[in-house]
Amino acid sequence: MIKFILRRILETVPVLLCVAAMTFFMCRLAPGGPFDDDKQVTAEVREQLNKQFNLDKPLHVQFYQYLINLPNLQSFKYPSRTVGDIISQKFPVSAKLGFLAMCIALGIGIMFGVIASLRPNSYIDYIPSSLAMIGICLPTFVMGPILIYIFSLKLKWLPATGWGGFDGDIFFASDMILPSLTLGLFYAAYISRLTRGGMLDILTQDYIRTAKAKGASAPRVLMKHALRGGLLPVISFMGPAVAGLIAGSFVIETIFNIPGLGQDFVKSAFNRDYTLVLGVVMFYATLIIVLNLIVDILQVTLNPKLKFES
Amino acid sequence: MAETASKIKSNALSQVEKGESLWVGAWHRLRKNKMALLGSIFIILLIGFSFIGPFFLEDNYYTYQELEQKMQGPNKEYILGTDHLGRDQLGRIIKGGQISLMVGLVATVVSLTIGIGYGTISGYFGGNIDRFMMRIVDILYSLPFTIFVILLMVFAKDLGDSIDTWFKEMGSNYSISGQWNMLLLFIAIGAVEWLTMARIVRGQVLSLRKQEFIEACISLGLPTHRIIFRHMVPNVLGPVIVYTTLTIPAVMLLEAFLSFLGLGVQPPTPSWGLLIKDGADRMREAPWMLVYPGAMFALALFSFNFVGDGLRDALDPKTSKD
Repeated sequence: MIKFILRRILETVPVLLCVAAMTFFMCRLAPGGPFDDDKQVTAEVREQLNKQFNLDKPLHVQFYQYLINLPNLQSFKYPSRTVGDIISQKFPVSAKLGFLAMCIALGIGIMFGVIASLRPNSYIDYIPSSLAMIGICLPTFVMGPILIYIFSLKLKWLPATGWGGFDGDIFFASDMILPSLTLGLFYAAYISRLTRGGMLDILTQDYIRTAKAKGASAPRVLMKHALRGGLLPVISFMGPAVAGLIAGSFVIETIFNIPGLGQDFVKSAFNRDYTLVLGVVMFYATLIIVLNLIVDILQVTLNPKLKFES
Repeated sequence: MAETASKIKSNALSQVEKGESLWVGAWHRLRKNKMALLGSIFIILLIGFSFIGPFFLEDNYYTYQELEQKMQGPNKEYILGTDHLGRDQLGRIIKGGQISLMVGLVATVVSLTIGIGYGTISGYFGGNIDRFMMRIVDILYSLPFTIFVILLMVFAKDLGDSIDTWFKEMGSNYSISGQWNMLLLFIAIGAVEWLTMARIVRGQVLSLRKQEFIEACISLGLPTHRIIFRHMVPNVLGPVIVYTTLTIPAVMLLEAFLSFLGLGVQPPTPSWGLLIKDGADRMREAPWMLVYPGAMFALALFSFNFVGDGLRDALDPKTSKD
């Protein structure tokens, strides 16, 4: 087990290097630069700026300097702040959004999936299953505006934009409900389909019949015996889901005007803010790889059939 | 007596020989699936709507604007209303459907080609080559691909513009920036969506190589090409077709996602994602601008998913046993 984890961690080093190299050279090969929009820049000023940000050095030297010192580099557009500052300030907002969405997705998804699997091909199955299908076919950028229209504009129950007051320092506010719901429902739909499929497979297995035969109560069979195996497809979906949640947060943050890292990322790419782009990409890549590793470990602990291959 | 007996026998034999082929059986099962049928009918209608519809409209049906008529709700002249620049929503939705469907089809073909090629090679050679190639797929799976696609679209968009200026300096009026973005979309999305297809094809090829019926074919002395084309390909084709129908909506979703962030097709050319974005920005004043493109998009995804699910049930040998 430890060997497996160590091997996976070692493996991530070249992967992250590749990600960094791809991002960096993609940024630099593209036309345009970070100071293109500032109109009154004379040649001398531009030279000065290039010098200040090391843009006058050869590319491989720049790449090396970027790599060893990434969190402490200045952002091009906000020279007073470093990449590390911006990420540590903005990411908690995105992380909270993602966490709330994941809770909603797992809660609703597993509940619907289990209910649907209890009586396959009956109305108890059809209703949650078709709701899940609708959820999959309504992407976040359609669902979000619809929810805003119903709950903010018509019913006036919830605010349409914002995140926990002005800069997100309130622990829980009513304006967090709609964004997390929008992001979560899409994944809830997927998870409920996966749960239903997994549970249907498990409920016909011999060991469930054995559990029933020895007199375990129906809830106990369900919670203790079936759920553990039935949720395996959901666990293996968690890795891609995390990556999807991050991408989804870009859209959600745009729709609901939330000051998270996703908005900054898209803006920084448009602004050619090389340091910030590289910083955010590396941050997200590391995050996704680490979370994937956790999911893999979780999967093997839940399913003894899978062994850590070495 | 003997004659009739042999007749019966030959009849029985010919009946046995007539057994349902995979495709006929699949069609029978698919026909029973109402949602999948409804979905395929809707897809056909949609293709007709998007590609034949323009013949009944003016040439500039999706760019013509009347500024006095902007943000009109659905009425007699404009059945689906007009947008914020006074353009006919119906025309924009038709053109948007063309773009979305085209991106969906072409990018799927790109990902299909890469995925089948990669998967077949990996599964066919097996051993260390297979392990290495699949490890790469595993690693790529765990990367934030959407982020790369966003970066690629942002940076390459300007590349198209600079190629245009370069053309101008060379004294040519040729402009590629319009098609450039579409081309980029095809490549970028296709490059992302091939991973699952590669896994599926590789798994199929790998397991097929070891199965009894392939061994039986070999021991019967069938020529290799016959084994591959008559016995292996039809068995790989099922999952590939199923996954293709499920890739199309995924691709359309990614395209709409990029368009929503302002990175997909460029205005004035609409795609459904772009129309939804325009609608979402103005839903207070003009909800119809959001509702119709959103509904079309959701219905299209709905149909493709149902057809894909139906095909999976129809072609999956597991379910076909009963």
